[in-house]
Amino acid sequence: MKRYTIFVITENFIGILNRITIIFTRRGINIDALTASESRLEGIHRITIEVTASEETLVQLVHQIEKIIDVIKAFYHEDESVVYQEIALYKIPVSRLDGGLEKIIRQHNAKIIAAEPEFVVLELTGHKDQTQKLLEILKEYDLLEFARSGRVAVAKRMLTIDDFVK
Amino acid sequence: MKDSKIRGADIVVRSLIAENAKVIFGYPGGAIMPVYDALHDYHDQIRHVLTRHEQGAIHAAQGHARVSGKVGVCIATSGPGATNLITGLADAQIDSTPLVCITGQVAAHLLGTDAFQETDVLGISMPATKWNIQVRRVEDIAPAIAKGFYIAKSGRPGPVLIDITKNAQVDFGEFNYVKCTGFRSYKTQIPVEKSAIQEAAFLINMAKRPYLLFGQGVVLGSAEEELKLFLEKSGIPAASTLLGSGALSQDHPNYVGKLGMHGNYAPNVLTNHCDVLIAVGMRFDDRVTGDLKRYAKQAKVIHLELDPAEINKIVKCEVAVLGNSKESLALLTEAVHQKSHPEWMARFRELEEEENTVVINHDLKPTKAGLTMGEVIHQINQYKADDAILVTDVGQHQMIAWRYFNYKKTRTQVTSGGLGTMGFALPAALGAQLHDYSRQVICVVGDGGIQMTIQELGTIMQTKAPVKIVLLNNNFLGMVRQWQQMFFEKRYSFTELDNPDFVKIAEAYSIKAQKVSERAGLREAIEDMFIHDGPFFLEVVVEKEDNVFPMIATGCSVEEVRLS
Repeated sequence: MKRYTIFVITENFIGILNRITIIFTRRGINIDALTASESRLEGIHRITIEVTASEETLVQLVHQIEKIIDVIKAFYHEDESVVYQEIALYKIPVSRLDGGLEKIIRQHNAKIIAAEPEFVVLELTGHKDQTQKLLEILKEYDLLEFARSGRVAVAKRMLTIDDFVK
Repeated sequence: MKDSKIRGADIVVRSLIAENAKVIFGYPGGAIMPVYDALHDYHDQIRHVLTRHEQGAIHAAQGHARVSGKVGVCIATSGPGATNLITGLADAQIDSTPLVCITGQVAAHLLGTDAFQETDVLGISMPATKWNIQVRRVEDIAPAIAKGFYIAKSGRPGPVLIDITKNAQVDFGEFNYVKCTGFRSYKTQIPVEKSAIQEAAFLINMAKRPYLLFGQGVVLGSAEEELKLFLEKSGIPAASTLLGSGALSQDHPNYVGKLGMHGNYAPNVLTNHCDVLIAVGMRFDDRVTGDLKRYAKQAKVIHLELDPAEINKIVKCEVAVLGNSKESLALLTEAVHQKSHPEWMARFRELEEEENTVVINHDLKPTKAGLTMGEVIHQINQYKADDAILVTDVGQHQMIAWRYFNYKKTRTQVTSGGLGTMGFALPAALGAQLHDYSRQVICVVGDGGIQMTIQELGTIMQTKAPVKIVLLNNNFLGMVRQWQQMFFEKRYSFTELDNPDFVKIAEAYSIKAQKVSERAGLREAIEDMFIHDGPFFLEVVVEKEDNVFPMIATGCSVEEVRLS
């Protein structure tokens, strides 16, 4: 079992995400994280799925995803061959904002992106281990809310979407 | 050519006509009524057959598609009409049957409001369709149907569902039908790689004991002739899967029998003795492989397959030849040496003799009092035409009919293979018959399965489809009973049936019927059935507790196939 990133390049049609997730559901495989967005080309979406599985299973999953009529291309990568980031938001009560916390914010390269009368929101972009580390620390500061995005990623190889959309 | 504006419902029907649909099956209801209204105007161009249940409609469309090679079409209303199609969709999906199913849907402004007969058919049917779409605007109807037909029949065929809201059916739009010929996200043509052919040919040319397994892919790819030519040049013995039966005539000298749980002895055992295994258009179903850990481990596997998702899904192959088997088999035939394998072939014949002695002779020429299912099929073989179509349901009768029916022509085998849908046979036989009234269609069915869709006798009555229905009645859910006997200490839990008078039921539908309980009357009854002009219902009371052998029990290897 290993962590992989699956890229799916699809037409932007209703229900496509459902068709993709069904393939994971059928095999009882949990999706660790999923993000969907537009691609560089109009009308084409890209879906990034983070999953922990054996490579053997993964190859089959990707084949089955690619079999979906409106999917243009699907492929997978190990962590080493993608550039990826996740964004995390932390909500902290203003009362806990002191010199100690400000130092932690600086050390982690996090920033305050919203300041309300009762709370502040910190943002940190990075890999999961980094955002997780900050989460553990901020739990000591009466953390009110925490949210982390799925991974957004691009492959290291030089292929682009145009190579598949012909 | 541009017409002035017509109703969406008319667009639906004219699109079906443009796709050359001749016979369609369905059942009306509120949300599809505009389409039924339109059908009234076009009955001279397209024949709609009213079944007695939507499940009957979709199985009939499947039977029609399997025999004709065309896309089967069925129509149902929203809500319960649509949900009644689901079993047929799942069946067509797993057996790669091309279908276009059209369902009515509540008006677009009511979607998601729990309107009367509203159901999320798109969501429900998604895992059971190759593609589905909801059409909410009249201008999207024709393009959706064009795309649906293209998807259903191209590549690896499968079922498509098109859900059309009522407003789209009653609104007016231009009709300008353009057939779909492809689109960017869907690749159907995979060119066969020359290097794969060379690698495969190398293995085949070196092989001492090569063995070929063929499945329905040969039929779907119209590669029957290419298969035959390949076998004749290479001299390789060939065995068929359930759905592959008929792709090669059983009279062919290279044909060695049937694969799988209740297939023939030699083809199963020798899977574990070949050195090169060539799988053509088949997907290594678990009913074919038995225990995978002990399946053909000694062999180098060559897989000729259209669907990339099937490669290495179950059995790892040495060489994958992706593409249509019609093309790949032709290329492979050029690349292999002319050869024969008399000693290897003789081993198949030896084991065949063993199966004859221990199983087949007792099945076909029994000495005990009770009738066997096997002897009924044996008698049918004496009267059937070469191109007779055998439609079966699911269970013991299905396996016995498959084992003993003498397949000579392609597209003569219609059965629910992958899904194992009881109730499939009667409507599927009707659909097969309506493709061609002049062909013999023999529907062999059990007393359990027939009662799941017995209402379709009404459709047979109304269409006068001359289906020959052979009910093999053992007053049991026979296959489950067999398993209870073998694996559950004969605890016959809910498998014995108190059955109605089937002959009376058939007669109530004005279908000529007869019942046979003794060997003496069997031959004549079957002769009468074939001579009769029109549908015929023959009930044969067979031995209550007969078992189907050979059998590869669950968890056993193909080599452990039991003869008794």
